Amino acid sequence: MVKKTIHEINAKIRDGSVNVVTAEEMVDIVAELGPEDASREVDVVTTGTFGAMCSSGVWFNFGHSEPPIKMQKVWMNDVEAYTGVAAVDAFLGAAQLSESMGMEYGGAHVIEDLIRGKSVELHAVSHGTDCYPRKVLDTSLALADMNQAIMVNPRNAYQKYNAATNGSRQTVQTYMGSLLPNFGNVTYSGAGVLSPLSNDPDYRTIGTGSRIFLGGAQGYIVGQGTQHASADQFGTLMVQGDLKKMSTDYIRAANFTGYGISLYVGIGIPIPVLDEEIAQATAVTDADITINILDYGVPSRDRPVLCQASYAELRSGCIEINGKDVATSSLSSFKTARRIAAELRDWISRGEFFVSMPVENLPADSSAKAMKETGGVSLVSEIMSTNVVTIDKDASVYKAAKIIMEAEFNHLPVVSGDNLVVGIVTAWDISKAVSQGKFDLVEDMMTRKVITAKADERVDVVARRLDRHGVSALPVLNNEDHIIGIVTSDDISKLFARRH
Amino acid sequence: MKVKINISSEIVTKPILAESIVETGVLLNVSQAHFDRSHGEVVADVLEEHFEKIRHALVSRGAVVTRLDTPIELNEDECVDCGACISVCPTKVFSMDKDYSLLVDTSKCIQCGTCVEMCPHNALALINNKHA
Ligand code: SF4
Ligand code: SF4
Repeated sequence: MVKKTIHEINAKIRDGSVNVVTAEEMVDIVAELGPEDASREVDVVTTGTFGAMCSSGVWFNFGHSEPPIKMQKVWMNDVEAYTGVAAVDAFLGAAQLSESMGMEYGGAHVIEDLIRGKSVELHAVSHGTDCYPRKVLDTSLALADMNQAIMVNPRNAYQKYNAATNGSRQTVQTYMGSLLPNFGNVTYSGAGVLSPLSNDPDYRTIGTGSRIFLGGAQGYIVGQGTQHASADQFGTLMVQGDLKKMSTDYIRAANFTGYGISLYVGIGIPIPVLDEEIAQATAVTDADITINILDYGVPSRDRPVLCQASYAELRSGCIEINGKDVATSSLSSFKTARRIAAELRDWISRGEFFVSMPVENLPADSSAKAMKETGGVSLVSEIMSTNVVTIDKDASVYKAAKIIMEAEFNHLPVVSGDNLVVGIVTAWDISKAVSQGKFDLVEDMMTRKVITAKADERVDVVARRLDRHGVSALPVLNNEDHIIGIVTSDDISKLFARRH
Repeated sequence: MKVKINISSEIVTKPILAESIVETGVLLNVSQAHFDRSHGEVVADVLEEHFEKIRHALVSRGAVVTRLDTPIELNEDECVDCGACISVCPTKVFSMDKDYSLLVDTSKCIQCGTCVEMCPHNALALINNKHA
């Protein structure tokens, strides 16, 4: 049995005799020597990951102005930061969007710009007090002008993360990137073999107080991250570090089209090899870590699991879903994860970085609860109108016009002989047909691509569908695809108006 | 060479492509097509010497024709080698090198623009994609 203490390892770091390898290099070492000899041989294993971590941000202290201000609201380059704390402290969240540029620019970009040495425009407002008389403040600040800029990320370094695909018929734009229809691609995130928490899944050396690599600087683990769900191997970390010492090699803003902004954060965690169990754990490979592939085409918290795949399979570039080969791509950068693990290894070898034991362990058996919702859930069936008039596809445009006029509906679903919905016509379609002198069959002027809903769907989901397709009504179908109602954007607005 | 043909909603129901092909006798090899209520977009191959002829026929019917002659451009300063672009490209322009650097084979690019939307780091652009 090999047993080493953290002090022995740090003594070796000090005298330069320490043996440090990356978690990728450790795989072969353990395979060759076995865990016991490997634990004798290797003192520290370094890990690394570089991917989108939305739950990131920076605490700033801007210094006091003359006359001083108690900021009530503050913006950095038009991105709002939270200042519901002391006078000139504020937290800028990475995912916060610019007021004027929307999804083009956000908190993550402000953070990256600051690291690059650029100044940002600071705008703050206040109601003014006897001790803080100033009401408005505008200035331009670079990182060097601030007292503190401390990155504090509430949830980083997911142990592993489910992969995403899309079984629906349209492309969906998500925080997992563009997901093409009909299982057109799979995206995943995480460093697999190099993933920090996967190399110490029992959290024996990773915990509150552990010194880490964060964004190119030395940082620390604050403790468990939000949504830490260790029972299912979805552990997370809350971390902190000094933004002033970070580098844009390891901190980068990202835009996910149609979703918003995120921050790519580079994290490396050293694992002191105290005994052979730890050596064994750090020998984990891409093939050992399996994740679920979820269908993001389903807009629900409980997305269906389609199948599973290991990081090795995902990294091969292609996996099989329902008998079809589907291209995979990573959202996190394995190349940068490797660089981080290697850089951390070199810091330790050069005696610039010492390892530490946690002063408190991470919770071992926690899980993430779903939200308790007290507002009640509204289903389409509760607000749809069941009194729906349809028209046969072989009817004349004239007849359609007449029905719409008499029934005062705006939308007329078109059905075929077997009562299946084959199209929809609106008052607008009819005016258009008339203005073009077309008076033939409904079939020739209807919209064929009908977007529909089901009675047991949630209203919020259907509201989003209306928005996405720019339509104002959806026929509601039963499981046999027969029409049983219609739900309009008016029905939905009325419901939301009642709720608020 | 590749061309992109955009057809707006007012004329999307007219057989513009078919008419232009019949009128000019120029063949279009369609590599991508998308039509919905609001617009139509087609990416097609056409021989260089036939381009002007078919362009004229299409434009006279109200289509907008864009010459796609500059493939995707990668900004290496912005690229983090994540590989997100790999799985969305219809023609396999992107791949991962052994050391997990991004490889780009621009000769395969049909300038559909899908990867531009996908890239989280704004590292991809179709520069010379202006209307002809
Ligand atoms: S998605 Fe963008 S950042 Fe990622 S590898 Fe492709 S070009 Fe580079
Ligand atoms: S523009 Fe289209 S074809 Fe060209 S590289 Fe991007 S995704 Fe591939």
